[in-house]
Amino acid sequence: MIIGEAPPPSGAFGLDAIAMTMRFGEFVALDNVELKVRPGSFHALLGENGAGKSTLVKCIMGYYHATEGDILVGGREQAIANPKDAHALGLGMVYQHFTLVPAMTVAENLVLARDNVPAVVDWSKEMKELEAFLARMPFKVPLSAKVSDISAGERQKCEILKQLYLKRRFLILDEPTSVLTPAEADEVLGMLRDMVVKGELTILMITHKFREVMAFADEVTILRRGKLAGAGKVAELTPDAMARTMIGAEELTVQPPRTGEAGQARLELAKVRALDDAGAIAVHDVSLTVRAGEIVGIAGVSGNGQRQLVEVLAGQREAEGGEIRVAGDPYHASREEMRRHRMSLLPEEPLKNACVGGMSVADNIAFREFDRAPFASGGWWLNRGAFRDDAKKKIGQYKIKTRTPDTPISALSGGNVQRAVLARELAGDVEVLIAANPCFGLDFAAVAQIHAEIMAARNRGAAVLLVSEDLDELLELSDRLVVMFHGEFVYEARTSEADLTEVGRHMAGH
Amino acid sequence: MADGSIGLWTVPLAVLGGAIRVSTPFLFVSLGECITERSGRINLGLEGTLVMGAMSAYGISYLTGSPWLGVLAAGVTGALLGALHAGICSLPRVNDVAVGIALMLFGTGLAFYLGKPLIEPTAPRLPAIDFGWWSDIPQLRAALRVNVLFLIGVALAPILYWAFRTTRWGLLIRTAGESSDAARAMGHSVLLIRLRATMVGGFLAGIGGSFLSLFYPGSWNEGLSSGQGITAVALVIFARWDPLLCLWASLAFGGAAALGPALQSVGVTSGYHLFNAAPYILTLAIMIITCSPKRTLTGAPAELSITR
Repeated sequence: MIIGEAPPPSGAFGLDAIAMTMRFGEFVALDNVELKVRPGSFHALLGENGAGKSTLVKCIMGYYHATEGDILVGGREQAIANPKDAHALGLGMVYQHFTLVPAMTVAENLVLARDNVPAVVDWSKEMKELEAFLARMPFKVPLSAKVSDISAGERQKCEILKQLYLKRRFLILDEPTSVLTPAEADEVLGMLRDMVVKGELTILMITHKFREVMAFADEVTILRRGKLAGAGKVAELTPDAMARTMIGAEELTVQPPRTGEAGQARLELAKVRALDDAGAIAVHDVSLTVRAGEIVGIAGVSGNGQRQLVEVLAGQREAEGGEIRVAGDPYHASREEMRRHRMSLLPEEPLKNACVGGMSVADNIAFREFDRAPFASGGWWLNRGAFRDDAKKKIGQYKIKTRTPDTPISALSGGNVQRAVLARELAGDVEVLIAANPCFGLDFAAVAQIHAEIMAARNRGAAVLLVSEDLDELLELSDRLVVMFHGEFVYEARTSEADLTEVGRHMAGH
Repeated sequence: MADGSIGLWTVPLAVLGGAIRVSTPFLFVSLGECITERSGRINLGLEGTLVMGAMSAYGISYLTGSPWLGVLAAGVTGALLGALHAGICSLPRVNDVAVGIALMLFGTGLAFYLGKPLIEPTAPRLPAIDFGWWSDIPQLRAALRVNVLFLIGVALAPILYWAFRTTRWGLLIRTAGESSDAARAMGHSVLLIRLRATMVGGFLAGIGGSFLSLFYPGSWNEGLSSGQGITAVALVIFARWDPLLCLWASLAFGGAAALGPALQSVGVTSGYHLFNAAPYILTLAIMIITCSPKRTLTGAPAELSITR
């Protein structure tokens, strides 16, 4: 075996990770994992959150140094000490979070990514070269536009183009379609698939979407809790088999069936208008009614005003215009109104938007009621014992994994933070529930539990507004589906009658 | 009207002269801070850097007899203070604003301590170019006696504007300031980029200080800087982190600072202290006008601790 020689100068090459073990102190993130990606193949890496997928690819890219194990690039053993070494070998990675600089143009971002940026950039020459490069590529992006002005789909294309521009021939994609509409996802993955078939590229894609695995991948490797749980040809597997391999023997909460009919209007928005942080209109005069015992889902690619709309409903942002009514009364998101109308909120990024990270799990669970009996006497003297008793009860009921009720909530995993928020928000009778991406980044068990709780709240007669970027989630839970694009509601249908291509088309703004 | 007297015309002339003369330290400090802030860090210590620069320039000029060596010494002192700021900020969990305030006090205190023996002696001063030779009006000639440092500063603004767009260093500084994740993903050291940007920023602020002690007012004493350094930091925000706007803003502030003395010279004495406070009132007014609770500042580097 020759050590340290570069892979062949052109065409796709393969990569093998052999007996990879990665320890962070006591914690074993990877335990003797093996990954074999054949040259010119489209390989999917499946696994739940925390299964070790990211750790594995970060070891390959040189961000982490594996405690044990070897990496073979193009059949030759390579010591990859840092990302620059990986880049020199032709390995490139597209991250889940964009690494483009939003305030710069696409062209600036591309040139900047090169290792050999000239001291003084000759922009007219660079633009000509970039245009020539783009002409050879399957997708197009506007070179002179600022990255902050282009859509999420175009940004993702840009990220991939950047890797190709840098002549990387082995691409690692970390959940590349999480911000794309289904049609955009198919377009991007389809084009990459073509390049793989032509033998120009090898792809390793981290994902949790079985649909994409089935449609585009040749082979799959499945991780579970840091161990290799299975691998094989996609053609010989079913989504069910893959899901079982991913989650193992864990029991999932069973979602209650949808029961009961929608009742009276509970949450009414009339021409609500809100601005984003830059002062531009983010929510453009939207009107919507959510009735009791109904889940209304708001679909849309992120960045189309959903976040600002939820912030207005949560009281985190002031509306510029319009009116919100809850059970007929005007609503201004005050604590008193929320209590009176039994409103509950599951905002996105719960640790940031619904918790105080440094405070204990018990304190966080008590936020809604902390200054009322039995938690407080006379509205000011807090009864710590009551906090802990209540928290202990809810920790058991909602299966929150925490060492003690006094542990700071920021020490919990994402799924358990969301469970704690769920315990606080859904404990009593809920009349109005507003949830935004409640399952983002959570594992199967947490997702199943949260979906079951939301459905149960609906069946008990709550009016539920569910904002999500995950179309599958919306199709599963909602009674009615609304598509939000550029701050407006552009499509509405009963979920049972919604046409998926039509929904995707409106999400993309066509 | 007596010979040489041009009456009320004195006021705009003095404001013009002030805009040219008083603006120079504003210009250098704000351009320096512009570089530092574009890299994603705010250095509030530039007030201290300015005073240290003024002191060291005066000292070196006095000792060597060359004011230009003094300017260089001021720049080097500023760069060292910048390195100190960046070095401390490189440590984990250090807040750049707090370090900046500490260094502001440290810089001024150290300058007063080391500068005690420099209050008495007279150091050689920087020469000026007389652009008003064609005129008989003494006030106009005075207004048009322009220091070379001012011209350098004026040239520097468009150069920086160009450099942020078309040079490798400009692009790297902007990347570090807009998205440290992106910079890291490309394999650049954000800390190193910010260290260099803060040093360059300190260098320019130091030179701004040398102008104070070696040209206008042109002596060393403890009341030399009346908050120009910290005003210039505010000015960068007002100028939306754009070097060209920094130039215009500096001129406006310089003119405002000259308003009080100018009015006094034509006999308007009531409210003298109020007019002297014009630059500060301007700072306050600009801050109130340009800030809003509902939106973030446009053009603000995304990594800046005050905008995050």
